[in-house]
Amino acid sequence: MLTIATGNKAVAAAVKAARPGVVAAYPITPQTEIVEQIAEYVTDGDLESRYIPVESEHSAMAACIGASVTGVRTFTATSSHGLLYMHEMVHWAAGARLPVVMANVNRALGPGWNTWAEHTDAFSQRDTGWLQVFVGTVQEAYDATLMAFKIAEDERVLLPVMVNLDGFSLSHITQALDTVDIGDFLPPCHLPHAIDTENPLGYGPMTGPADYFRFRWDIERSMRDARGVIAEVEGEFCERFGRSYGPTEDYRCEDADVVVVAMGTLGKEAEVAIDRLRDEGIKAGSMRLRWFRPFPDLDLAGRDVVVIDRDYSFGFGGVVAHSIRSKAGVSPYSVIAGLGGQEVTYNDIADFVRDRCPGEETWFGVNDHV
Amino acid sequence: MSTIPEEEYIVKCTSACAGCSSSLCLRYVLKAAGPDSVLVVPACCTSVIQGIYPGTAMNVPVYNIAFAAAAACASGMSEAFRALGRKTNVIAYAGDGGTADIGVQALSGALERGTDFLYICYDNEAYGNTGMQRSGATPLGARTTTTPGGKPTAKKDLDRIVEAHNPPYMATACSAYPLDLYKKVKKALSIPGPKFIHILAPCPPGWRYPTEKTVEMGKLAVKTGTWILYEREYGRLTINGPSKTAMRRPAPLEDYIKGQGRFKNLSPEILDRMRQQIERNVQRLAREEAGAC
Ligand SMILES: Cc1ncc(C[n+]2csc(CCOP(=O)(O)OP(=O)(O)O)c2C)c(N)n1
Ligand code: SF4
Ligand SMILES: [Mg+2]
Repeated sequence: MLTIATGNKAVAAAVKAARPGVVAAYPITPQTEIVEQIAEYVTDGDLESRYIPVESEHSAMAACIGASVTGVRTFTATSSHGLLYMHEMVHWAAGARLPVVMANVNRALGPGWNTWAEHTDAFSQRDTGWLQVFVGTVQEAYDATLMAFKIAEDERVLLPVMVNLDGFSLSHITQALDTVDIGDFLPPCHLPHAIDTENPLGYGPMTGPADYFRFRWDIERSMRDARGVIAEVEGEFCERFGRSYGPTEDYRCEDADVVVVAMGTLGKEAEVAIDRLRDEGIKAGSMRLRWFRPFPDLDLAGRDVVVIDRDYSFGFGGVVAHSIRSKAGVSPYSVIAGLGGQEVTYNDIADFVRDRCPGEETWFGVNDHV
Repeated sequence: MSTIPEEEYIVKCTSACAGCSSSLCLRYVLKAAGPDSVLVVPACCTSVIQGIYPGTAMNVPVYNIAFAAAAACASGMSEAFRALGRKTNVIAYAGDGGTADIGVQALSGALERGTDFLYICYDNEAYGNTGMQRSGATPLGARTTTTPGGKPTAKKDLDRIVEAHNPPYMATACSAYPLDLYKKVKKALSIPGPKFIHILAPCPPGWRYPTEKTVEMGKLAVKTGTWILYEREYGRLTINGPSKTAMRRPAPLEDYIKGQGRFKNLSPEILDRMRQQIERNVQRLAREEAGAC
C-alpha cells in the first residue's frame, strides 16, 4: 500500500508486519517515535505483542535476551547514549546467539548534548557480533527492518541485527512508503536452543578457554555465512516485492574513475553530487555502503576513492576509510564530515571529489588543509 | 519435613565452598518450584556453583545473565512465556550485590511493571564471587577485603526498597530454616505478579566461621533479632514463628558476633549502634504487625 511516512514510522510499520511476541522499549531522541508508534499499535490491537516499558536500555536488551531465548521474536529500538548504555547486553545478545532485531537511529554522543546524525554510536558496537545494516531512505528503513528478522532468525545466522538510520535526516523526514502484505515471507521464529523445561540446559555458565574460543569461532563462521543468507533474503525480497538491495548501492559506478563511498543519507546525497560531476565531464560514481557487518568485498581497485566518514576513531582515523583501506586495498581520500549533524550538501560532496588528495585525510569545514 | 519432595534439581557436584548455605537454599527453592521453572542467574557465587560448561549441577534450565540484568532478563522471559501461553515459573536467583547494588534499578523496574516472576536475593552480605568485598548489604562493622577496618555504615535496607513497590508478596527467610523457606517459595509462586524473597545466607569463608557452624550461624542471626523472618502478603505483615520469640526475648547479640571473624575487635560504639539498629527494626515491625503504624 502506497503511503507516506517518516523513517521512524516506517520502522514501526515493518515491526507491526513482523509481529514480534515481545517488544522492549525505552525512549531516546530521535528514536522515540518508533517506540511510541509501536505502543499505539499494541494499545489499538493492531499488533498483538507484549510491550515492556523497561526502565533503561541495559534492561531493554536484557529483556529482549530473556524473551528471545524462549523462542519468541523480539524487537527494540534505541539511539546513541541508549545504545552505549546497553553495550554489555549488546555483546550478550550476540554471544547467546539470539536473533534480536534492533533499530538504531544514529545520533552523536555527548558531551555536549547533540541529537543529530552521526555513525559513531553504531560503530562503537562493531565488534559485538551484531550484523549491521545502514539505510538511506524511508522505504529502505521499512524493507531492511523486515528483512532483518528473516536474516537474524535464519539457522545459518542466529545473530542479532541492527538496522541503522540517520537521526532526523532520515528518522524525521517524510518520503513515500510502499508497505507490503508480507504473506509467508517471515516464517514463525524457530530457535533451536530455545529454553525447554522438559530438557533443562545451562545457558552461558562458566566456560573454559577451549569451548569459549570455539563459540567465538562459531560466531565468526555465522558472520561469514551471513553474507550468503543476506543475498538470498534480499533476492527473495526482490522477487516478492520488487525492490532490490545488495551489500552496497552503486550509482553510475561501472565506468567511474572516482568513486565516493558513504553511508546512510550522505550516501544518497552523494548520488546528486555524482550527477553534477558527470555534467562537468568528471567520470564519478558513488557506492553507498549498506552492510557494515559483515563487511562486504568491494571492487574499487584501479580507481580513486573518496570516503566520507560520519564518525571518527580518535588517534586512528575515519572508521570506514580505514576499513576500505584494509579490505579493498586502496588508499582513499578520507573526508571526515557531518559529525554532530553538520550539514553536508551535494555541492560539498562534489567539492570533495574535485579537490581529492588520495591518501590524505581532511576534516570538512574544520581543518580542510591537513 | 515430610511435605518436601524427594526430587533433587541441584545435584551434589556443585563447586560451592564447604558449608555454603546459599546452595542449600537453592536446593529448597527448586524443590518448591518444581520442574516447570527457569532460573535466571546474574554474576554471583551461583554462576560458579552451577558447574562449568559442558557440565551442570542443575536440573532446571539456568539462564546466566550479566551482573546488573537479572530482573530485566527475567522480565522479558516472563512476558515471552506468557505470550506463548505458558505458566513456567521464572525465578531470578541473585546475590545481595546483584540485587541491592548494581541490579537495584532493574529490580525496581521489574517490580513496578508488575512482572509475573519471583525474585530471590540470597544475601551473604558481601561480593562472594570476587572474593568478599563489601556490598551495600554488608552490615555495620563487618570486615571485608574493601572494608578492612570494618564497614562504617549500616546495611542497606533492601526490604524497605522493595516494600515501597508494594509487591503482592514479599518475605524474608534464612538458610537455617529450610521448611519456612520452602513454604514461602510455594506460596509466592501461587500468587500472580512480582514476588520477592530475601534470604539470609551465612557464608563460612566470607564471615569467617568454621563450615560446620553454618546452620547455627543462621539460627543465631534470627534468635538475636539481627534477621527477622516475616511475610508481607498484599501489604499485611506476619512475623514468623522463630522471630516472634526472638522479638520478645532476643538472645544476646554477642552470641552471633563472637563466632565470626568478620566482626573481630568491634568497638563498643559499633556494638552499641548494632543493638540500637536491631531494637529499631524490631519495634518498627512489631508496630506494623499490630497495625499501629
Ligand atoms: C558489570 C560487572 N561488574 C563487576 C562484575 C564482577 N562481579 C562478578 S560477581 C560480583 C559480586 C557478586 O556479589 P553478590 O551479588 O553479592 O553475589 P555473591 O557473589 O556474593 O553470591 C562482581 C563484583 C561483573 N561480573 N559485572
Ligand atoms: S563464598 Fe560463600 S556464598 Fe559463595 S560459594 Fe562460598 S560459601 Fe557459598
Ligand atoms: Mg553476596
